[in-house]
Amino acid sequence: MDGESELAARFRAGDIRALARAISLVERRDPSVRALETPPKGGEGSAAVVGFTGAPGTGKSTLVDALVTLLRKQGKSVSVIATDPNSPFTGGAILGDRIRMQRHALDPKVFIRSMGARGHLGGLSLATREAIRLLGAFGFDQVILETVGVGQSELEVAAVADTTVVVMTPNLGDGVQMIKAGILEIADIFVVNKADLDGYQRVAMELRAMLSLNAPGATGAAASKPWKPPIITTVAARQEGIDELWAAIESHRRYLETSGRAQELAAKRLKDETAEVVADLARQQARLALGEDGALTEQLLKDGSPYRAAEEILNRIGSDGRKRGRG
Amino acid sequence: MPVDTAVRPVRILVAKVGLDGHDRGVKVVARALRDAGYEVIYTGLRQTPEMVVDAALQEDAQVIGLSIHSGAHMTLFPAVVQELKRRKATDIVVFGGGIIPEDDIVALKKKGVAELFTPGTPLQEIVDWLRKRFPQGGG
Repeated sequence: MDGESELAARFRAGDIRALARAISLVERRDPSVRALETPPKGGEGSAAVVGFTGAPGTGKSTLVDALVTLLRKQGKSVSVIATDPNSPFTGGAILGDRIRMQRHALDPKVFIRSMGARGHLGGLSLATREAIRLLGAFGFDQVILETVGVGQSELEVAAVADTTVVVMTPNLGDGVQMIKAGILEIADIFVVNKADLDGYQRVAMELRAMLSLNAPGATGAAASKPWKPPIITTVAARQEGIDELWAAIESHRRYLETSGRAQELAAKRLKDETAEVVADLARQQARLALGEDGALTEQLLKDGSPYRAAEEILNRIGSDGRKRGRG
Repeated sequence: MPVDTAVRPVRILVAKVGLDGHDRGVKVVARALRDAGYEVIYTGLRQTPEMVVDAALQEDAQVIGLSIHSGAHMTLFPAVVQELKRRKATDIVVFGGGIIPEDDIVALKKKGVAELFTPGTPLQEIVDWLRKRFPQGGG
């Protein structure tokens, strides 16, 4: 038995270490564990995915911790993927989201994985989607994503999660922040956390005012029944408001199913990811070609512009693909 | 098609075990490891050996770095090594730091702790040791 299939066997047998190793492999863009992303025949295999995003220090990890506590009371198995940034200079990272989730240590139905974004800019790691599929195939009921502390344009979580929760706190900025484009547009649910601090009512009020102006964001089948993002106030550190938050997440999930939006999202997600995989493969091939092929580089430098070399590289990928298709 | 596997940072789980709350040292070390290109998973204070090993398995860490300033190092370090044995994960390397007498260092190394660093150790020495141990990855 080679290394790969031994890992697969341990994964199917429910070995946490095999799952952890498989996630490391997808983080390295190693394709050898892709077969594990589909569940064995007849098995369940996709977990519900809720994503938490928001500025640094808004309490995302503490909210995730509180939600895990609630879900465990319901008997659900939960996995968390918590993303933190890597240094663009050294590649190193301090992944510290586990600190807030220590009370779930040693609970075999809770799996927490810290991921470095490794230079990927959307607020998640490039490997997040694959990791979600691995967690689903492993049998987790629920996946919770936590993005890096984001600014205004790290919106990838909305493309990956079924339900996106945007976390805000009092004193983050004035009313103009509320009408800017970006993160506020991707929310399926707003949480105003740290509602024990002064000013939380104002944040909630401004959000409500902004939402009352919203044009429906949904398209296609769902456009006739738009979803109105609720505003939930929480004190995550004291487990307050978490029942209401979960009720909102469930209600959004029912909306996705009944409105037909779930299928739309699933199709869009697959298309997006395919485009990303193509781009990723092309980037790798380009890097290889430019690194190894002296003649190509020479031509490129002579041209002084990238287009001819790019076309040449794309042609090669095309013929490589066709060859493999025949073989 | 060849795969780009160039990005392969070594993952190090860093924890404080036992009941002491002196985390300045461990945070400085964590920062130095980050600057050396490692992915450092910091799990915070008051961890039990079982918690540390469980987290290291979930995180697929190749290394566990422990900081102990309570004087309980002769109990806690071997307990982590034992727990790794119990979970069949002895490939994970354990190193540590703290106020540890020379004789204890010798004894702990015999018990399976790979290396121990005492106060005043230059940070570069820790990084150099890790680079030697994991020449294929990290910074």
